[in-house]
Amino acid sequence: MIVPATPPKVRVVTLKIDDKDLSAREDETILEVARQNRIAIPSLCFLEGLSIWGACRLCVVEMKGSSRLLSACSTRVTEGMEVQTNTERLRHYRRVILELLFAERNHVCSVCVSNGNCELQSLAQSCGLDHVRVPYRTSVYEVDPTHDLFRLDHNRCILCTRCVRVCDEIEGAHTWDVMGRGIGCRVVTDLKRPWGESASCTGCGKCVQVCPTGALVSQGTSAGEMRKDRRFLPYLSQMRGVR
Amino acid sequence: MTHTITIEPVTRIEGHARITVELDDNGAVSDAKFHLTQFRGFEKFCEGRPYREMPALTARTCGICPVSHLIASAKACDQLLSVSIPPTAAKLRRLMNLAQILQSHALSFFHLSSPDLVFGWDAEPSKRSIFGVMSHNMQLAKDGIRLRQVGQLIIEILGGKRVHPAWVVPGGVHDALSRENRDKMMQMMPEAMQIARRSYGLFKEVLPKFADDFDHFGSFPSLFLSLVTPKGGLEHYDGLLRIKDANGNIVEDMIPSEDYPRIIGEAVEPFSYMKFPYYKPLGYPKGMYRVGPLARLNNCDFCGTPFANVALAEFRMLQESRPVLSSFHYHFARLVEMIFCIESIERLLKDPAILDTRVRARARGNRNEGIGVSEAPRGTLMHHYKIDDHGLMTWSNLIIATGHNNLAMNAGVKQVAQKYVNGQRLTEGMLNRVEALIRCYDPCLSCASHAVGQMPMQIELRDSKGRVLDRLSRS
Repeated sequence: MIVPATPPKVRVVTLKIDDKDLSAREDETILEVARQNRIAIPSLCFLEGLSIWGACRLCVVEMKGSSRLLSACSTRVTEGMEVQTNTERLRHYRRVILELLFAERNHVCSVCVSNGNCELQSLAQSCGLDHVRVPYRTSVYEVDPTHDLFRLDHNRCILCTRCVRVCDEIEGAHTWDVMGRGIGCRVVTDLKRPWGESASCTGCGKCVQVCPTGALVSQGTSAGEMRKDRRFLPYLSQMRGVR
Repeated sequence: MTHTITIEPVTRIEGHARITVELDDNGAVSDAKFHLTQFRGFEKFCEGRPYREMPALTARTCGICPVSHLIASAKACDQLLSVSIPPTAAKLRRLMNLAQILQSHALSFFHLSSPDLVFGWDAEPSKRSIFGVMSHNMQLAKDGIRLRQVGQLIIEILGGKRVHPAWVVPGGVHDALSRENRDKMMQMMPEAMQIARRSYGLFKEVLPKFADDFDHFGSFPSLFLSLVTPKGGLEHYDGLLRIKDANGNIVEDMIPSEDYPRIIGEAVEPFSYMKFPYYKPLGYPKGMYRVGPLARLNNCDFCGTPFANVALAEFRMLQESRPVLSSFHYHFARLVEMIFCIESIERLLKDPAILDTRVRARARGNRNEGIGVSEAPRGTLMHHYKIDDHGLMTWSNLIIATGHNNLAMNAGVKQVAQKYVNGQRLTEGMLNRVEALIRCYDPCLSCASHAVGQMPMQIELRDSKGRVLDRLSRS
């Protein structure tokens, strides 16, 4: 006989998102509640099943009573909360964030292996980003092609750290890390050894599949050929024992 | 006093260029130069990228002939993989290359050059455009637009989009051809053939009007370089290199494309961003050669399709027992090739093997150097790559069709200028002839500089101290 797990003692709160009356468990975040209720909030670093990072700031929302913008992925709902997810101010900030992401590294969609299957590209399209108003940095970023199965292209990396989290939290290998600060920030394998020489990498490819852009891709792919396979994602939450 | 006449930019060509005509003290033309004024640097910024990106990356060189770059690049990558691609993949690539040549030739002949042929060099500038052709001969304009559309539609059906399809990949092609799509293409062929034959007939009718121009329109002895089939037939996708001289003697034959560095050298000049390739044994600049439709038809022994074979025989009648030397006949050659393309496309589509689903060989980089050579609409296109052991590009060299023609274009401009340019006055007609000569080569400067140009034209007459004596401009 299966004994049902004791439900955690959580309260239910009521709140408004985009003037819609909703109820939610108090341990849920604004982003989770919004998505359950089919309210779209863009995000890049958030991935259900992984820990919350709150770095990309694309999911920022406005809350009544607060002049500060809050990231929906890392803010828990509270009783009586009134949230707006799609105001002029938010659209402006999201566009600026995307423009800065595009200007920072060399995201050349037309020749990228993830062209047509990229979360950054789709977000830019949905936000109406047809040009970037700041100058591109056009710095040279290297490509690490040393792994037998996969390739890392720093030019396309947006530092969402999904790879770092999935490798540590799900695969348990902790191959990936982040080094450097500011503009010199990079994801690295085994304390900046070439990926192909990494002793900890199991070659499972989860990092590649969760990467939102063409930064981590399979070897042997040409322009537009990389399709991320996220069928394992629904199991991430179960593996971590979260709900 | 030495004068210089500058024509800038040159119009109705793909890209942005300037022509300067230098006059001596007597006002006679002493020299003429064709300048390419843009630099793009593809060869350099490819370095460090994975070689598998090269087809899509180098295709961005051009919006007119991206397929040609895709194909030459993919062939170079096939060598890096050390694979022999499935025969159906080769046929499908060949099909797309032919469609590309068809659409590009239609663009060059109908949209860019037909105004000159219909109205003559001295006609009013406002009339000499595709719109002028439309009001004068609607059928001709419609034919041109439709023929180009057929080529573009085939590219779209095969590759998913008309410009920059990423369908040609190292090792073959991305998807197989479905029966339904094959039938769609088949349906367009009879109409395309009708248009090509009608235009060919029309061109032969207007040809005698330009008889005076044949000998002054870039008509000079030069070598001709192109690919031919192992039996010496007309070839655009694969094949071996052949060089013929102006007397019709074959000086190099059956050269595998990998051996191009043995016969082709590259020089640079300070006045242009375009390189000056030359035939090595003759040295620079004596080793001038021409590529493109004229060279292909001069070099091949036969076309290999029924109507194109007849058209080739008629083309050969332009000059007795020697290669056709006048650059004016690039137009003629283009029409013959359009017919050849349509017949060949039809033949490929009728081959049941075209529907085979085995269209890709999978491998990883097994060699550090690869060379891909194919025939683009404007001539022989060479992609040469070197990669490291992990597949990152360490070096690349692209020799573009328009680049091969660089020395010949300069020689042609000088010849036309000597015949038609009079230093005392600047006239529309003479400038048009200089420009039209360039247009014969259908230069793709965006490719050759590895640009999108604006179309206003400015001509300046300068003295030896650089003072502007006369200026003519149009926008």
